[in-house]
Amino acid sequence: MFIKHETIEKNAVLLAVLTTLTIAIGGIVELVPLFTIETTVEKVEGVRPYSPLELAGRDIYVREGCYTCHSQQIRALKDEVERYGHYSLAAESMHDRPFQWGSKRNGPDLARVGGKFSNDWHYAHLTNPQSMVPESLMPRYAFLANREVDPARVARHLRANKTVGTPYTEEQVANVAADLAAQADVNAEPDALAKRYPKAVQVQGDGRRVTEMDALVAYLQVLGTMVDFTNPANEKLQQ
Amino acid sequence: MSEHNAAGEKDSVTGRHTTGHEWDGLKELNTPLPKWWFWTFVATVVWGIGYAIAYPSVPWINTYFPGVLGYSQRNVVTAEVKALEAQRAGVMQKLKAVPLEEVKKDEALYAVAMTAGRVTFAENCRACHGAGGEGRPGYPALAGDAWIWGGKLADIQQSIVYGIRSGHPEARVSQMPKFGVDGILKAEEIDQVSDYVMTFYKPGAAALPGAAKGQTVYAENCAVCHGDKGEGKRDLGAPALSSSVHLYGDTRAAVRAQIANPKQGVMPAWNARLDEATIRAVTLYVHGLGGGE
Repeated sequence: MFIKHETIEKNAVLLAVLTTLTIAIGGIVELVPLFTIETTVEKVEGVRPYSPLELAGRDIYVREGCYTCHSQQIRALKDEVERYGHYSLAAESMHDRPFQWGSKRNGPDLARVGGKFSNDWHYAHLTNPQSMVPESLMPRYAFLANREVDPARVARHLRANKTVGTPYTEEQVANVAADLAAQADVNAEPDALAKRYPKAVQVQGDGRRVTEMDALVAYLQVLGTMVDFTNPANEKLQQ
Repeated sequence: MSEHNAAGEKDSVTGRHTTGHEWDGLKELNTPLPKWWFWTFVATVVWGIGYAIAYPSVPWINTYFPGVLGYSQRNVVTAEVKALEAQRAGVMQKLKAVPLEEVKKDEALYAVAMTAGRVTFAENCRACHGAGGEGRPGYPALAGDAWIWGGKLADIQQSIVYGIRSGHPEARVSQMPKFGVDGILKAEEIDQVSDYVMTFYKPGAAALPGAAKGQTVYAENCAVCHGDKGEGKRDLGAPALSSSVHLYGDTRAAVRAQIANPKQGVMPAWNARLDEATIRAVTLYVHGLGGGE
């Protein structure tokens, strides 16, 4: 038994109720998967929140729009796995707000660039990409070396991430400035940093100030390195 | 607003039926969707339902509906990679088993190694060492004979597997003291020894002001690693200074900087990223770039 079109059009309350119901169906279809998103993230060991310097570097990565030319997602396709390594896992970007998967590859995928090149190379390459790769299309980011990272701002960002659910510990929150300085200075004592943030790569800052270049290199050097794929516990990935 | 016209009133101008809807004297023509459009729409709905049944689709509370075909792109790619490995297994096993020096004798095997090596080099090595292994300041040329750690197959393999100052326990490590920064030498001594080092490779450098005095400084501080005549010591990773190829440049300013506050390049250990056979292939490729010994 259908309600006549005419009846609906002539009855404002009925029209409002039925309109709401119709829109609600669309809303539910879009919203429900978000409530079950936890179930789509694999349980793997090793993924940790970004260290303060990496977090700052990630901000710069976003600010400079690196994602417009570089993807951070190795798709589950043979040729990609052959070239870049193990396909990306959802778990590997679970602390990214927002994720940097990207959809364009003017440059290579960066999901596993961490550890592939030396710190020196990244500094030289960001300063002048063509000095390292003559045919590169990448613009120069030399100015990053002249811009300092503000530890207070990083601390606020880290706390904000903790507020929305990134599992930073109180200890990590309390040591932002120390960790930031330690990771930016290759001569600094690495133990405390390594304990709080395993696999964090110390970069070649001059130890006097922390530049955006230091931060970006630290971020690039950790990409894709957190999950140890030789660990059998990570072999069978739940999805 | 409208009166239904059950008799199917016809519009006199177009000859089409009206819907019976009328607004202020205007009547709406009955124009149904084209048949092809309507049935295409129905077909996509049917297809959509079929797809949702066959493939992973609807989220449940703790999991999702996996689809009756049990399709998973991750399983597909895992199987594809396994198939690829199986396809290559024969030749890659052989590449692992045959001593590096003898691969060249087996033409077919050598061709495979060079192809695999070329592809691997382009993806992993080229960014630092250049497309033809020509090197960059701070990144040694691989196509020449100025090897720092040796240019034999085994030397190259060792460098690739464990890297240089990579942090791997087996990595090659050489440590040039920071003669200036750490105050080992006075500024004038560094000037003198810089002048002297230039006499090894630069015609006419003997006339430089510090060249004579620099010889003593050199003998006391540098010769132990770099050799009396600047010939270098490969087992220590001390580069030859007498060669015309200098890692960080052959100008006097570059030489002086490298003595006062030396740069120490890093090469990653590749054994975590590349498998053994691939490393052997790229070793042969690098050896074949022109500088292999």
